[in-house]
Amino acid sequence: MAQAAETSPKRRGKAKEPPISRADLLKAYRDMLLIRRFEEKAGQLYGMGLIGGFCHLYIGQEAVVVGMQMCLKPGDQVITSYRDHGHMLATGMEARGVMAELTGRIGGYSKGKGGSMHMFSREKGFYGGHGIVGAQVSLGAGLAFANWYRENDNVAVTYFGEGASNQGQVFESLNLAALFKLPCIFVIENNKYGMGTSVERASASRDLSQNGAAWGIPGEQVNGMDVIAVREAGERAVAHCRAGKGPYLLEMKTYRYRGHSMSDPAKYRTREEVQKMRETSDCIETARKMLLEQLAVTEAELKVIDDEVKAIVQDSADFAQESPEPPESELWTDVLVEAK
Amino acid sequence: MGAVILMPALSPTMTEGKLARWLKKEGDAVKSGDVIAEIETDKATMEVEAVDEGTITNILVPEGTEGVQVNSPIAELDGGAGGAAQTMHGIIDKNPRENEKMIAESGTKQRVEVSAPATPRAPEVQPERDWGPTQAITVREALRDAMAAEMRRDKDVFLIGEEVAQYQGAYKISQGLLDEFGPRRVMDMPITEHGFTGMAVGAAFTGLKPIVEFMTFNFSMQAIDQIINSAAKTLYMSGGQLGCQIVFRGPNGAASRVAAQHSQCYASWYAHCPGLKVVAPWSAADAKGLLRAAIRDPNPVIVLENEIMYGHTFDCPTDPDFILPIGRAKVERPGTDVTIVAFSIMVGMAMQAAEKLAEQGISAEVINLRSLRPLDTATIANSVRKTNRLVTLEEGWPYAGIGAEVAMQIMETCFDHLDAPPVRVHGLDIPMPYAANLEKLALPRLEQVVEAAKSVTYK
Ligand SMILES: Cc1ncc(C[n+]2csc(CCOP(=O)(O)OP(=O)(O)O)c2C)c(N)n1
Ligand SMILES: [Mg+2]
Repeated sequence: MAQAAETSPKRRGKAKEPPISRADLLKAYRDMLLIRRFEEKAGQLYGMGLIGGFCHLYIGQEAVVVGMQMCLKPGDQVITSYRDHGHMLATGMEARGVMAELTGRIGGYSKGKGGSMHMFSREKGFYGGHGIVGAQVSLGAGLAFANWYRENDNVAVTYFGEGASNQGQVFESLNLAALFKLPCIFVIENNKYGMGTSVERASASRDLSQNGAAWGIPGEQVNGMDVIAVREAGERAVAHCRAGKGPYLLEMKTYRYRGHSMSDPAKYRTREEVQKMRETSDCIETARKMLLEQLAVTEAELKVIDDEVKAIVQDSADFAQESPEPPESELWTDVLVEAK
Repeated sequence: MGAVILMPALSPTMTEGKLARWLKKEGDAVKSGDVIAEIETDKATMEVEAVDEGTITNILVPEGTEGVQVNSPIAELDGGAGGAAQTMHGIIDKNPRENEKMIAESGTKQRVEVSAPATPRAPEVQPERDWGPTQAITVREALRDAMAAEMRRDKDVFLIGEEVAQYQGAYKISQGLLDEFGPRRVMDMPITEHGFTGMAVGAAFTGLKPIVEFMTFNFSMQAIDQIINSAAKTLYMSGGQLGCQIVFRGPNGAASRVAAQHSQCYASWYAHCPGLKVVAPWSAADAKGLLRAAIRDPNPVIVLENEIMYGHTFDCPTDPDFILPIGRAKVERPGTDVTIVAFSIMVGMAMQAAEKLAEQGISAEVINLRSLRPLDTATIANSVRKTNRLVTLEEGWPYAGIGAEVAMQIMETCFDHLDAPPVRVHGLDIPMPYAANLEKLALPRLEQVVEAAKSVTYK
C-alpha cells in the first residue's frame, strides 16, 4: 500500500510530527490499559474459582481491537471468537456487565447464561462471542450482508485467529463477500498459535493477508503490536468498504502472552519467546513511551489514567461478585421468542 | 502494601494441586508476568505467573507439597495481608474464607429440579379454523405463494439458496420470485452451504428475515453447525438479546432412486434441538399456512418439505390472510378404534390405510402432526383417550425417531388409556439402497400400516 509506505517512516524516525494526535493516543492508551487490567483481574478471579470453564485472555493483543475500533462509527458491527473480552470493552460495553458474565451472574450481559465466550450488545454493535472456530466469519459476512441489503455505509469487522483462517467456511465467506461486494473487514489476529499449534504447522500459507487474493480481496500484513499501525491500516480498510468496493483483509501480527485458555501448560513455546515479546513489542509500553517522549504527556497524567482504569476494573470485580446468580426461573427463558 | 498469593485454580475442574516447584525464593523481587511457581493440576504441570509487583517475604507452602487446596495462601508479598488485605487475587476487604465458603457452596449445590415440560408441547386442543372458500393448487404453488405473500408484506424477508433465482428453483419452488422481487431479494448462492447459512444467520442477527433454501436437506448437514450452534442457541446464550428470525426450508426425506446420500429424513435430527421450531407440511394448505407462519415466527424454523409431494394438488383456502399456527396437529380423518400419527408424505399413506381399514370394519383416526417441535401432544393424547391404541408412521429411521418420541409422550400423558403397546412403522434402519426393489422394501408400505393397526386392535 502506497499510503503505508508514506506514513511509516514518519513513525520510525525522530519525526517532528508524530503520526497520531495526543488525544487519540491517550485514548488508545487508556483503552488498551483497561483491557490489560481487566484481563489480569479476570485471571485472578479464575484463580479463585469465581470464573469457571474456558476463559481466553486477550493480554498482548490489545492494540488490534483498540486500533480498529478507532476507525469505526456508530452502526458498524463487530464480531469475534471466544477470545472476546477485549473486543467488548473496546466497543464500549461496560466492564461490570462483562465481568459479571464471567462469574455467571444475573448482572452479566447474558444474564449469566453465556459466560466468557458468549456476550452480545446490539446497542454497541457487538455480535458475539462465538465458540466454534471459524463460525463467526460467516456470521460476520452476514452482518456485512445486512449493511449491503439495507444500502447503508456501515461496515462489519470480523475478527478471527490464524488457526481459524484455515477453516473451510472462512474461504466460503471470503468468496461470498467478494462476490456480493459486502462491506466486511476480515481481521486475522495472527498470534502465532492456535492452542498449541504454531501457524507454520497449521497453514501452508506464509502470508495470510493474501488468503483472499484468489477473489481479488486486498490484503495487508500489519504490525498488530502497534496501535498506530493498526489504526492506519484500519482506516484504509474502512474507506475501501464504505466506498462500496467490497471486503478487505488485514492480517494482524500479534502475540498472546498468556496461555490459550486458563489451563494451558504452554509447552509449545519457550518462556524466553514470551518474555522477549513483552519486553520489546508491548503495545502499551510502546504507546506509553511515545506519549511521554513525543507528545509531552507527563507521568502524572498517565497516573490519573492508570488510577481510573484500576478503579473501573476493581468496581467490575466487586460487582461481578455481588451480583446474584441467575434465578432458577432463568433456566427456561430465552429458549424461544414468544410470538407476538 | 502487602499481598497474599493464593493457590490458583488452573483448570475448570481443579480443586487442589501439588505445588511442584518454587521458581522464586524468599527475598526475591517479582514483577507482573514472572513465573513464580509450577503447579501440577489434575491435567498438566502449569506455571503460575505473578500478577502484582513486590518482594516475596514469606513462602507458606514448601515445594513438593501435595493436595494444596485452591485458594489457600501459598506465599506472602511485602509482608502479606497484614496491613492491607489485598491478595494476589486482588479482592479488597474480602475474607478469603468467605470466598472459599462461596465456592464450596456453589460447587456442591445440588441440581434443582425446576418444573417445566421436558419436551415442548403445544397447549390444549383447539378446533381447526374454517378459512372459507378453497381452490385446487399444488404444494409447489402453495410454497411459492407463501413466500411471495410474505415478501410483499415485509421487505426484510428475502430468499437465498442454490439455483433459487435465475433457474427459478432446482425444484421450481421459487418460480417468478426473481422477476417480482429483484436480485437483492432473491439471490443465487454458490455451492457453499456452510458459508451462506452462516451469512444468513448473521444477517438475521441484525433483524433481517432470511429464507434459506437447501436444494435438499441432505446438504444442510454442511451447515448444521450454523443452524444449531448459531441460529438455535444464540438467543439463550445472549440472555434474550440476540434472536434470529430465519427459515430453513427445502425437500426432506426419501426422493426416488437417488441412494443413501440423497434420501434421508432429518425430522428427528432437528426436532431434537431446543431453540428451533420444526414443521413438516403434507398438503398444499399445510405448506402455505405453515411456511407463512414460519417466515413470521421470530425464531429459527425448519420447514421440512417433500419432493414427491411438490406436484400433488390439494384444495387450499383462498383467503389472502390464510395462515396456520405452528404447534398444532390436524385430525385429518376422525375415527374411533385406532390413532395413526404421521407427518409429511406419510400422512397420505395413513389416509390410504384408514380407507383400507374401514373396509375391514376398523375405524382409524389419522393425525397429521404438521409441527414436530413443538409437538401437539394434546391432540394426540385426546385421540388416544378415545381409541386407546396408537400407531406411528414415518419414513425415517426408528432409533430415537419421531415415532419413539410420540409413543413416549403418550406413555407419559395417558398410559392408562392404552389398551395395547404402541407400534411404530418406519423406514428400515439402513442407508437407503438404490435398487428399485430394495428401496421399496426400505420405506414404510401400506400393508405394514394396515397390519400395525390391526395388531394393536387385536384384529
Ligand atoms: C470447530 C472447532 N474446532 C475446534 C475447537 C477447539 N478450539 C478452540 S480454540 C482453538 C484454537 C484456535 O486458534 P486461533 O484461531 O488461532 O485463535 P486464538 O485462540 O489464537 O485466538 C481450538 C482448536 C473449536 N472451538 N471449534
Ligand atoms: Mg491464534
